[in-house]
Amino acid sequence: MSDHAPRLRRALALMGPFLGLLLVFGLFAALEPNRFLSIYNFKTIATQTVIVGLGAMGMTFVIVSGGIDLSVGSVIALCSVVIALLLDQGMAAPWAVGAALLAGALVGWVNGVLITRISIVPFIATLGTMGIARGLAKYLAGEQKVDAPAEGIAGWMAKSPEPTWLMVAPGIWLMMGLALLLAATLRRTVFGTHTIAIGSNEATARLCGVRVARVKISVYVLCGLLAGLAGVMQFARLTVGDPTTALGKELDVIAAVVIGGGSLSGGSGSIAGSIVGAFFMSILANGCTLVGVPNYVQEILIGTIIVVAVAFDRFRSASD
Amino acid sequence: MRGVRKRFGAVRALDGVDLEVRAGEVHALIGENGAGKSTLMKVLSGAHRADDGALELADSQRRLRPYRPRSPRDARGAGVAMIYQELTLAPHLSVQANIMLGRESARFGVRLDRQDAEMVTKALERIGHSDIHRHRLVSTLSSAEQQLVEIARALASDARIIVLDEPTSSLSLSDVARLSEVLHRLRDDGVALIYISHFLEQVKDVADRYTVLRDGTTVRTGEMASATLDDLIEAMAGRTVEQAFPHRERARGSVALELEPLATTSRDPSVARAPKLVIRRGEVLGIAGLVGSGRTELLRSIFGLAAVRSGKVTVVGAREVGVSPYARIRNGMGFLSEDRKNEGLAASMSIAENLTLSRLKPHARRGWLSVASRDAATRRFADALSIRRRDIRQPVSTLSGGNQQKVAIARLLHQEADVLLLDEPTRGIDVRSKMEVYEWIDRLARDGKAILMVSSYSPELLGMCDRIAVMCRGDLGPARPASAWTEEEILAAASGAERNGGQRSDAQAKRHEETIR
Repeated sequence: MSDHAPRLRRALALMGPFLGLLLVFGLFAALEPNRFLSIYNFKTIATQTVIVGLGAMGMTFVIVSGGIDLSVGSVIALCSVVIALLLDQGMAAPWAVGAALLAGALVGWVNGVLITRISIVPFIATLGTMGIARGLAKYLAGEQKVDAPAEGIAGWMAKSPEPTWLMVAPGIWLMMGLALLLAATLRRTVFGTHTIAIGSNEATARLCGVRVARVKISVYVLCGLLAGLAGVMQFARLTVGDPTTALGKELDVIAAVVIGGGSLSGGSGSIAGSIVGAFFMSILANGCTLVGVPNYVQEILIGTIIVVAVAFDRFRSASD
Repeated sequence: MRGVRKRFGAVRALDGVDLEVRAGEVHALIGENGAGKSTLMKVLSGAHRADDGALELADSQRRLRPYRPRSPRDARGAGVAMIYQELTLAPHLSVQANIMLGRESARFGVRLDRQDAEMVTKALERIGHSDIHRHRLVSTLSSAEQQLVEIARALASDARIIVLDEPTSSLSLSDVARLSEVLHRLRDDGVALIYISHFLEQVKDVADRYTVLRDGTTVRTGEMASATLDDLIEAMAGRTVEQAFPHRERARGSVALELEPLATTSRDPSVARAPKLVIRRGEVLGIAGLVGSGRTELLRSIFGLAAVRSGKVTVVGAREVGVSPYARIRNGMGFLSEDRKNEGLAASMSIAENLTLSRLKPHARRGWLSVASRDAATRRFADALSIRRRDIRQPVSTLSGGNQQKVAIARLLHQEADVLLLDEPTRGIDVRSKMEVYEWIDRLARDGKAILMVSSYSPELLGMCDRIAVMCRGDLGPARPASAWTEEEILAAASGAERNGGQRSDAQAKRHEETIR
């Protein structure tokens, strides 16, 4: 009669992606020990993970609630343009960041309203806003990159940050901190429980008095907000607002969640898993580049791994 | 079929059923809900395998051969076709594509429509409905026409036995007449038809012979012409086991829930209408009726899960305005769904999560949950209802039906609901759990809760309720004291059969009720 069994099971569910992560890590460490196993390279990997990682945390909530958000890549681009334009006009950095986050949240709110109030299935609703947000970004930027003064903000994604005791870019600390907060939100709050309940069985949630529409809108706003933050980080990395950036990034984000144990039928998924998934993808990309594997092989590899991860998950849940 | 037996765990669904159906007859299979009709038909159609007993089926030379279908596909191959209440056509395909689905003639994967057209035309001719054009999309057909297409599909697959499960429950009276014409045509054509229905008057019109099932055994079989409606009802209702219900006198308190004459706008044709109805604290009001008569729609509309077209639901002492389930729960209402698997419980979530989902507030501070507090409450309720478990964090999908139902009931207790809407509270659970559920319903009523309970099992309503109302084809009749009802009267009212003396007992009950008020 141990009440800890499910916690153990959840830990085991995390083991799969984590073991995969170790495996890829070990593989590249063996193939290219000098360049792969350097502190500088670790910092590179971690920095590369931030954008997909932030997006994946928001996407985790969406996928756990049984939805999908295809607009994430476009929102990253839109928000990077928004912050660049505002900084260029001389707005103070905190306000510009706030405005970019607001833009992301707004797209999320539109997604949520389309899905709940007008009953458009999430795939289609966010496919629509994916195009709209991308087009809007191009319009605002005049179809070109927006240069902007990025003092202060650029340091967020610097591989050698100031002050030096930070060791890695502030963006990475921010991502890790948010990961802890959001993991607790998903497992330990009324909102998180309601999100899981909707994904597990929407009819039950409604019957239990969960205000389904309200929770779903919040979930998409959260996802938009985090995608907006990813856009700010993208700007910090490139120091330009690029309306064509992060094209197809939503698929990497979804892949990270799925590799981390999220199920598109809703109800399952975890923040920790999604972060592992995000690291998995950037280690793979980084290692392949170092070893000199051509880009197309990388793509085939990632595609294969997604399928294997999900097949493994199916197999595990069937044997339960 | 002789001596067919089938157990599900501890439940004996079929306990020695005999059924003989001849070619060229319409055979009515009747019995109350849970008598074993569906299970028997599932054995016949290969969805279940019998534990015991012999099945024989005549082959095309009319010789009886042992018959043991291993799958529905097997049964179809042997000439047995099922037509369920919910039709199984693909709405986006044409009539012809539906009739030939899975058996299209083709060369190199290309459909040979002309060859199929002949078979389709022949099948539609056999049911006497060449007026249904084979190119029409099924979604443009009425539900009566769709049913005919389904019968044509069975014929096109050379079915010699066709089972129809509640074929008329969604049909208008003229469609019913048309259907029985088709059935008689097929009968004269040598097809054996098994007709399952609760509408006894229709059954009497359409069937040649009948078999009555009760508690998983055959209790009566014979020629329809020599049986009266009363005979059939008596055979269906007669009880062998007396069950003990914990009903003792309860004190009725103040009014808890009021319904102004209510009509729902749920999917056609199942609109539910209820007259003015008042439910008091400490009272159990039962709603009897057939499956699909609108009982569930009524309960759902009271709880805010289905739209109300006219009328009003008043919860006495309501704090929250609005008609959403959220508002209803805030106002002290609780709802137990009949569909435990798809609606009542979130199968992949734990006992603790399911039990507390409708009221997380006492376990949360500023939105952050205290798992310890939630688990403590869960243990308390799980112990009180003796939910058999390994662990309160195990997914509810790993519990037995009875224990799942207890989790759903425990949720209402934890929620501290004052007005409980219970839809089939004892469906699909074993006898022991049933007894425990009865005890709880009685205890809750005694504690001053108002309970509205829907059940298809009339002895349960007679044993548990203070008052009972019967729903028939969407209309809820007047609520009368349980003592004013007999099981036969409930059955008759539910199946829409006007019985001798029905009028009189109606008036009697009205007087009875007035004296109670």
